Amino acid sequence: MTPSALEAVEEIASRVRNRDRRGLARGLSWIEDRTPAGRALLDRLYRADHPAHRVGITGPPGSGKSTIVNELTRRLRARGAAVGILAVDPSSPFTGGAILGDRIRMQDHSSDPDVFIRSMASRGSLGGLAAASIEASELLEAAGFDWILLETVGVGQSEMEVVEAADTTVLVLVPESGDAVQVMKAGVMEGGDVFVINKYDREGGDRLEKEVSLMLELSRELNATGVADRWEPPICRTVALRADGIDALLEAIDRHRAHLERDPERRREVRSRKIARRLRTQLRDRLVGGLVRRWDLEGWVAETTARIQEGKGSPYALVDSLVARLLEEGVPGARDDARRSEGRGAEERP
Amino acid sequence: MTQDEKIRILVAKPGLDGHDRGAKVIATAFRDAGFEVIYTGLHQTPEMIVDAAIQEDVDVVSLSILSGAHMTLFQRVLDLLRERGGEEIHVIGGGIIPEEDAAKLREMGVGEIFGPGTPTGAPIEYIRRRFETGRGQSQQGTEEAAKEGDAT
Repeated sequence: MTPSALEAVEEIASRVRNRDRRGLARGLSWIEDRTPAGRALLDRLYRADHPAHRVGITGPPGSGKSTIVNELTRRLRARGAAVGILAVDPSSPFTGGAILGDRIRMQDHSSDPDVFIRSMASRGSLGGLAAASIEASELLEAAGFDWILLETVGVGQSEMEVVEAADTTVLVLVPESGDAVQVMKAGVMEGGDVFVINKYDREGGDRLEKEVSLMLELSRELNATGVADRWEPPICRTVALRADGIDALLEAIDRHRAHLERDPERRREVRSRKIARRLRTQLRDRLVGGLVRRWDLEGWVAETTARIQEGKGSPYALVDSLVARLLEEGVPGARDDARRSEGRGAEERP
Repeated sequence: MTQDEKIRILVAKPGLDGHDRGAKVIATAFRDAGFEVIYTGLHQTPEMIVDAAIQEDVDVVSLSILSGAHMTLFQRVLDLLRERGGEEIHVIGGGIIPEEDAAKLREMGVGEIFGPGTPTGAPIEYIRRRFETGRGQSQQGTEEAAKEGDAT
């Protein structure tokens, strides 16, 4: 990195530490744009002790996640906590554009200096969403926010990764989202630490609650390994628009946090799991991103698409042979490079 | 601009008029053009708009005003952006704004005003032309760094 680029990184790092909004916003853009400056910034600001409590909130579109975030924020602010919010919405797979509208429901806090709201689009399809939003939450952590609320539409694998990286994962369901079997099919049940049935006053609310509670009981019996002090995911009924049930929800989140922190052994385990996961997403993101750029794989996709359309081969064989070639040839001298860079300080460019 | 970079635009409706059809049309057109649109909806104060623009680190603020209060609202947004370190954020607008007012607004620092009947392609072209070479001067350091990263 050039001296002027490094200087820019140092400047933004100190502005983030001082919670300067403009500097923090710029740093978040570096991270979203997957720039080396963004990584250098994270390297300087990384905190292995993870002082903030991260709450991932996921659920189907329209289930009231933003409204819940808004109400949770109000209560956290009343306690004097500073709150950073990341609202992730999908990018259009066709144009790459996105409409990010979660702020509409969070406007009560838009001018509060101790609340920072950032909308993020999921962007490219080749990984990156989980990495970018986790990195963004690390930047908010470095800026001294006590709580970080991460909101995503929980429909895909990468969205689940986002919320799983949180300390407490809240799953929001609504009577309209179908019966609990649908929820089970979506494979999101296992990830939840706290379940919310929002719009509980609508028809089917009590039935959904019964089904969810049955499923939780079932999974409890199946996984009864005799662990003492196991976390039992509670079910919270809310009508977020009227702020009904939000106090109880925050209390449930508090209890989960206390549960995590009560046992130092468990706390260590949770932290190390988080660091390992962090390494994995970072590795995948950097590897895939690096390979895509280095070999112009997007160009390869375009060319190969045309070939397949002309009837010259199938995706399976063509990807197979490309991957085989990449693995065989590798980057000339890459192995030596990797070994050498291990010995170098983190200051060096990877 | 690398493939990871996106033009980010805040589409907002300041003031009291309740007609957000135009804002929604332009937000959708911007998304279809590949931009990331932060949409904050109706009844925004200039303070709320500027707070959102700063936190979201947008390149452009696009205001839709049909109430007739455009002179004061644009002025306030420009002033607040300057006050809060967002002076390089580009401001454009649309709505019912007479040409002589539009000329004054341009003098004040508004990039362009798109009146009724403007095809949605016009603001998109305008923004692309302005930003396709990068996100403005202030990010030169990043771009330099990004280029260097590509060379690894």
